[in-house]
Amino acid sequence: MDTTKKAQQEYDKMVKQASPNSPIFMNCLKAFISGGIICIIGQLLSNFYTGKDFSKEEAALLVSITLIGLSALLTALGWYEKLGKFCGAGTIVPITGFANSVVSPAIEFKKEGMVFGMAAKMFIVAGPVIVYGTLTSMLVGLVYYFVK
Amino acid sequence: MSKKIGKQTVRLAEGVVILSAASIVGPKEAEGPLSKYFDQKVEDPFFGEKTWELAESKFVEKNMELAVQKANLNPKDIDYVLCGDLLNQCTGSSFGIKNLNIPFFGLFGACSTMGESMSLGAMLVDGGFANHVLTGASSHFCAAEKQFRFPLPLGTQRPPTATWTVTGDGAVVLARKGEGPKIVEITTGKIVDMGVTDANNMGAAMAPAAAALLQAHFEDTGRTPQDYDVIATGDLGTVGRQLVVELLAKEGYEMDSRYTDCGIEIFDDATQDTHAGGSGCACSAVTFCAYFYPKLLAGEIKRMLFIPTGALMSPTSSQQGQPIPGIAHGLVIEGCKKGAN
Repeated sequence: MDTTKKAQQEYDKMVKQASPNSPIFMNCLKAFISGGIICIIGQLLSNFYTGKDFSKEEAALLVSITLIGLSALLTALGWYEKLGKFCGAGTIVPITGFANSVVSPAIEFKKEGMVFGMAAKMFIVAGPVIVYGTLTSMLVGLVYYFVK
Repeated sequence: MSKKIGKQTVRLAEGVVILSAASIVGPKEAEGPLSKYFDQKVEDPFFGEKTWELAESKFVEKNMELAVQKANLNPKDIDYVLCGDLLNQCTGSSFGIKNLNIPFFGLFGACSTMGESMSLGAMLVDGGFANHVLTGASSHFCAAEKQFRFPLPLGTQRPPTATWTVTGDGAVVLARKGEGPKIVEITTGKIVDMGVTDANNMGAAMAPAAAALLQAHFEDTGRTPQDYDVIATGDLGTVGRQLVVELLAKEGYEMDSRYTDCGIEIFDDATQDTHAGGSGCACSAVTFCAYFYPKLLAGEIKRMLFIPTGALMSPTSSQQGQPIPGIAHGLVIEGCKKGAN
């Protein structure tokens, strides 16, 4: 079979033609609505906590804790994967997605032991987010320091 | 007399009999269109074990035992067992057959392993090195996802070109003598790399290897696609099948409705949300053993070209940006004469 660069480029065109595209519009719509619903839940929780005489900062912390706890619970019950399949970015972007990405490898790799399995593999998905999140905040901090 | 015909094909002297075929699958396959054909259907993907990997080995063990039983033999009558899977170092197979106590060759051909094991098994029998050879291949959706993609509970979306790894094991007993469909020719595939890097489009990565194999086979034997009742590739799915049809049309071969793909047969995307189709070593293995073998046995299929297909990549090669080379192994299997059984 002809595997020259030219043949590969021609084949790449055939592949693009034969491969159906992801339903981007529907995926965006679902992500917008489901992500929005999660934000509304967050706001309702915030209102609830501030109504219980917590300060705004404390309430924000409690909202995060509640959403993370809920995501972890749903992940353990096996419901989050179904939710994530439907919602896409809607459940990945908020803090719920972060919780899911830590808990799921923890469950999956527990079989390889508590140290080399669960603990070591816990951040295989979330690790890059932490690394580059920290790095970005440092850069932003530097810019803020000099530009202010 | 040389048994080799053409560049990549061998013709076996008297044909090697497929004495029995056995299949076992998980719950998703049991809900699919081929449900009624499988020998064993397991509801629990863990199969009573603690890990996905041990579960896969149990699928292997139970099915290998059944294949031997269906051939009215004992494990001690088998000269060699040849099998493989997708897990690192092929532990799905080795842990599965270790208690059978049969001399073992472990194989890796990615999802083409069923074709590789049947080819080599048939050559062993034809060459006079064995009277009975047990060959098979297995895969497990959960174990494969864990190794190749993401942890299962992670909420992600799969693109429409993605395929679904089949959970199960398919195995056959090959013999020098006896009643059953016969393997008469073997065309061994070459690795074909067309530079596809998208691990979510395995059908496209493997289609060129399947098309190259088919072309080589037709050239070696002088036949055309119309000389077969069924041509079945392993796990190309809808996207890969379409590409094979297009690639062969360019070479002047018309692949009509006689050409199907095991990945298309095993699942129903509309109700099972499997996207482009089934994949994994077990895809071609269980579809052949459960669906095509009985038709060959009954003489409904007179001549079939069975082509398990494989994507020769690892998570490491993929992460390093390497393309996904494909491979395909072809076997011509002739059905029993109608009314002979």
